[in-house]
Amino acid sequence: MNCFLVQSSVGRKLVMSISGCCLVLFLLFHMSMNITAVFSAEAYDAICAFLGANWYALVATVALAALVVVHILYAIWLTLQNRTARGSQRYKVTVQEANVSWSSKNMLVLGFAVLAGLLVHFFNFWYNMQFTEIMGEHVNSLGTSPVSGAELIAYHFSKLPYVIIYLVWFAALWFHLTHGVWSMFQSVGWANKTWYPRLKCIANVVATLVFAGFALVVVVFYIRSLC
Amino acid sequence: MKLNLKIWRQKDAKSEGKLKDYTVDNISPDSSFLEMLDILNNDLIHKGEEPIVFDHDCREGICGMCSLHINGHAHGPDSEITTCQLHMRKFKDGDTIVIEPWRSAAFPVIKDLAVDRSAYDKILQAGGFISVNTGGVPDANAIPIPKEDADESMDAAACIGCGACAATCKNGSAMLFVAARVSSLAKLPQGRVEGARRAKAMVAKMDELGFGNCTNTGACEAECPKGISISHIARLNREFLSAKLKD
Repeated sequence: MNCFLVQSSVGRKLVMSISGCCLVLFLLFHMSMNITAVFSAEAYDAICAFLGANWYALVATVALAALVVVHILYAIWLTLQNRTARGSQRYKVTVQEANVSWSSKNMLVLGFAVLAGLLVHFFNFWYNMQFTEIMGEHVNSLGTSPVSGAELIAYHFSKLPYVIIYLVWFAALWFHLTHGVWSMFQSVGWANKTWYPRLKCIANVVATLVFAGFALVVVVFYIRSLC
Repeated sequence: MKLNLKIWRQKDAKSEGKLKDYTVDNISPDSSFLEMLDILNNDLIHKGEEPIVFDHDCREGICGMCSLHINGHAHGPDSEITTCQLHMRKFKDGDTIVIEPWRSAAFPVIKDLAVDRSAYDKILQAGGFISVNTGGVPDANAIPIPKEDADESMDAAACIGCGACAATCKNGSAMLFVAARVSSLAKLPQGRVEGARRAKAMVAKMDELGFGNCTNTGACEAECPKGISISHIARLNREFLSAKLKD
């Protein structure tokens, strides 16, 4: 039963769909958690302490990392296969077809933009939080406690270059999700003519929620740093 | 009308091809695109040059033979028509028209604008049929079929297998073609019985022949001359995945 997830084009898309679905759910959770920081630094730090280097947090982190790796590897694999299927001879004239979104044709590029942002995010936050705890340190590279998440947010988003990098990252994520969210329903077969407009609307709402939620924290902390 | 044409010329499957410039004059706006090519070929034959090879048969949008990529669109700039149904009034006097063959690894060029689309035949042979003898024509309503199911089946059965879906898809995926065949039979009681076997066999053959993976861009639906919906791809995904999970 398992081999079709590797050997069949429909099975490979199922893997992309399920891994993508889990990552979207994680993004919504992460965004909800981040918004806490806008209202209460203490509450946010309490969440950071709860999700530190505990065994359940570490297991969840490993599972999440595995999902990210699977999603990326399958995306690269599918793209390479698709390039081969397209053939070496390309059209001299191409046009954008009606009702075909730009995002849908550039998911890998958008995915790499999201990955680049993720690496910056790891360097800024994960390295100074969970990784510091895993290493048994009580002070991170910035000289603060690894569970002082609000302080880290305030530090990084007082710097305009980081604000711009993160907003561009969230924009790439928005484009990726506007196609990815409805596409995951299509790939498992849960779609039809009646539901296409609804699914695309849900995708836009989810993408915008994720963008707005993450961007809100960045912008609020930057404005606070100016005051 | 006077038109500047840039047409793909390729001696055979192994030769390098290139776009070659031609000019045609006195073309009636009421002539079809294929008639315009006929006129050009007539001129070429009179000049002692080799005519341009292109596929065509019924010339009324049914056979699916005419397969030209015109100014970036499969079957040209009009919607839901085949190349043979495209008329020169869609263009302006003095326009430059670029005509290319389908581009897909599974559809190799045979010569000029003609490509080998036998890959679609092979997919059909893998399972695009019902394997029981259906006998003579039954009485009307002998087997009650809901109107919605009959309509969906007929919509899917409108596929003429022209190859525009795979030729348009940036991934070279044949999912719309396979989905239309699977869907048209899956919605009818006679075809329902072998639904699981059919979906698995046709997807396996499609993958084996080197078609790409569907990424749900919807470009195939946009360029399909019969307006086949990608909702049939969703049904194929359902059919295939539920069949595999039951294995």
